[in-house]
Amino acid sequence: MSVIKKDAPGSNELLMGNEAIARGALEAGVKFAAAYPGNPSSEIIGTLAQVAADLEIYVEWSVNEKVALEAASAASFSGLRALSAMKQNGVNVASDFILNLNLSGVGAGGLVLVTADDPAALSSTNEEDSRFIAKLGDLPLMEPATFQDAKDMTKFAFELSESINSLVVVRSVSRISHARGNVILGELPKEKKKAHYDTSKIFIPVSAPLRHLALHLKLKKVQEKYESSPFNWYQGPEKPELLLITCGSGWFYSLEAVNTLRLRDKVGILKIGTTWPLPPKLLAKHLANAKRVLFVEEVDPFLENNVKELAAEWSPEIGSWTFFGKSSGHVNPFGEINPDLIINALAKVMDRPYAPREAGYGQKALEMTKALVPNRDLGFCAGCPHRATFWAIKTALKLDGRGGFVTGDIGCYSIGLGPAGFYQLKTMHAMGSGTGIAAGLGQLQKFGFDQPVLSVCGDSTFFHATIPALINGVYNKSNFVLVVLDNSTTAMTGFQPHAGTGETATGSPAPTIDIEKLCQALGVRVETADPFDLQGTTEKILDLINDEGGVRVLVSRRKCALVKAKEEKAAYRMRVDPEKCLGESCGCARICTRIFKCPGLIWNKEKGKSQIDEVICNGCGVCADICPRAAIIREENLR
Amino acid sequence: MNLSKDPLNLIITGVGGQGNVLASQLIGKALVRENFYVTIGETYGATQRGGAVMSHLRISKESQFSPLIPEGQADIVVALEPVEALRVIGQYGNPSVYAVINSRPIFPTAVTAGDAEYPSQEKIRGAIQDLAKKFWFVDATAAAMAFGSPIFTNIIMVGALVGTRLIPVGKKTFEETIRETFPEKTHESNLKAFHQGIEMTKGQ
Repeated sequence: MSVIKKDAPGSNELLMGNEAIARGALEAGVKFAAAYPGNPSSEIIGTLAQVAADLEIYVEWSVNEKVALEAASAASFSGLRALSAMKQNGVNVASDFILNLNLSGVGAGGLVLVTADDPAALSSTNEEDSRFIAKLGDLPLMEPATFQDAKDMTKFAFELSESINSLVVVRSVSRISHARGNVILGELPKEKKKAHYDTSKIFIPVSAPLRHLALHLKLKKVQEKYESSPFNWYQGPEKPELLLITCGSGWFYSLEAVNTLRLRDKVGILKIGTTWPLPPKLLAKHLANAKRVLFVEEVDPFLENNVKELAAEWSPEIGSWTFFGKSSGHVNPFGEINPDLIINALAKVMDRPYAPREAGYGQKALEMTKALVPNRDLGFCAGCPHRATFWAIKTALKLDGRGGFVTGDIGCYSIGLGPAGFYQLKTMHAMGSGTGIAAGLGQLQKFGFDQPVLSVCGDSTFFHATIPALINGVYNKSNFVLVVLDNSTTAMTGFQPHAGTGETATGSPAPTIDIEKLCQALGVRVETADPFDLQGTTEKILDLINDEGGVRVLVSRRKCALVKAKEEKAAYRMRVDPEKCLGESCGCARICTRIFKCPGLIWNKEKGKSQIDEVICNGCGVCADICPRAAIIREENLR
Repeated sequence: MNLSKDPLNLIITGVGGQGNVLASQLIGKALVRENFYVTIGETYGATQRGGAVMSHLRISKESQFSPLIPEGQADIVVALEPVEALRVIGQYGNPSVYAVINSRPIFPTAVTAGDAEYPSQEKIRGAIQDLAKKFWFVDATAAAMAFGSPIFTNIIMVGALVGTRLIPVGKKTFEETIRETFPEKTHESNLKAFHQGIEMTKGQ
């Protein structure tokens, strides 16, 4: 049973930050939730989808983030509480709508946008601090610091949204969304609500400057509420030697730093949960008691600069301060922060010595392990169809010999930029950008450009952002080949269904949008290939490259190996015939282990032969076609 | 049961796909049942794609901690893969660290390709002996294969950790947590794997 629908107020549960956010929405009586998956935000809607049928709420995986927020706002306009959740890139996609919705206002049902940022780009192409959308759009912002905060703030965000008829932003980060901690559950409301659009209301941002002014007045109201918010607290002496101001993930790190350096009687921590608009009276009260201030927050100096701006205004009345943080160089303005960075920052500001462990041991441990531990490159999983497709692309481009190359975007197939994809991918930016760029490259013939261009995108990405780029190419008579890497799921974010899988977020059957038919309707040549048929796929790619007839599409279709492994037994049991494998003396230059590099294949140095790692191999059988000696053998899997 | 230290810092490490996250969740849930504060930080993103993965568990009777353990502050390391034990101890180890290690290697592609060396069992054991206060090597993957699939490796390792008595949760609480976490038809096999793990370290 999913914990988030547990009807047990007061119960103490271990929840992932994203589950806590989902639970908060349920405790607020959310009726409608929509998102496009993107880590670290995916489990918010994923968990809500699991309980949707039981709790009679509507949950969808939308085609992209803009559409998701538009759909959620429709529920708000019709009186229902609604939620949309996305990663930082999603906020960019939705931003055009956000910056109209702020002026039109939301409906009688509260509307909450959760943005989960990925500092250090652990599963992203970019690093970005999405809190600026709140300042840009004059929207109230809150940042949870604990798992309990994540639940309680989300719940409160709906009330706040309804009190000022505005979208409210809750910003999380990986170390909250994807971490787990204790949460005390609250009550789940039982009341039903009827959706109705009051036709006396309009949601149109006409008279934009006046509405902009009205938005500023709304923020004044929010500021008043934030002054006494339970999400802001102070811990420390009345007049601290140093005032540490923090928010979000910085709270636990700051607490650990103060305790580790035994500075509880000297350093006070002001934790701000309501980071836009800032509560000025609360800040002025604490700043009046301190002369030195350290800011701790993740990615950009958002809190830091906003507090400094207020302090500059107050300076004639309540004095001056020495500020430490990102601009002083004490806290990194890029990447993640962590306990070590913050302990060291605080040690430096307070002039305290700090050594994490006994120096002799630390040095020995690092040197000893560095000498022994090999790196682990990211790669495609054993049996991944992307490896096979990239192999076919590499072979086709080599046979063609005109310097062709691949443009792409974000998905599992991004690993194609490294050895796993034989270094084929040359550009990678936003969702669908590979095809947008390919459409431009395909226009450069008049400037002497004569290289074949292939763009790749995943099946979910195709629906999200590739379609406009593809139509742009067709309309403007560009010249390139789009390869849709269709593994029938949104693999990178946790195997969510999408418009092409025939299933909704809540597991009910859905129309399957046929990628081939959709492309045919655009009038382009469309081929389908099974990437596990390496030769056939290579030939199709080669033929498509040579068919210089505008935009061409290849759908390379094979189910994700991880999904397949859950659903059915392996197709084959693989083995290497040691009699046939000649190793170094073969002349193949160890093509299977050195170049194809499936982790299920091992080079056994002592024996001078390749072998299968039966713990890793998924039994896809593709490597049998790589070996020039036919030494890799497929056997029927009788298990 | 009481904690030997507060917070008690535990790292579970392995390679993407080995079930690191599930193991950390099981341990975390069992501890919350015993009224501890537990915070778990997980390295995501690379989890299914051959990368090194880690879960940090911070266990306390007093308060919630951050999801990341500071350098040199691990009390216990559970490794689903042997060189991952070394990688983690290099950064988070200290002279009092305990290590419970599955001895079956998963070779990085640099090794399967023949471009890098995987250290010998003797070298790994020697380094661990040098850096850890006490350690247990168990052949969890082989035991899992005997159950029919390497997917039981993580549950066997959770059992092995419980067998060492390093964490303040008993067998019974874990059995309840396993029943609560897994679908009913897999209860028996997971409980069996868990018990086998306990036997592998018990009394050693």
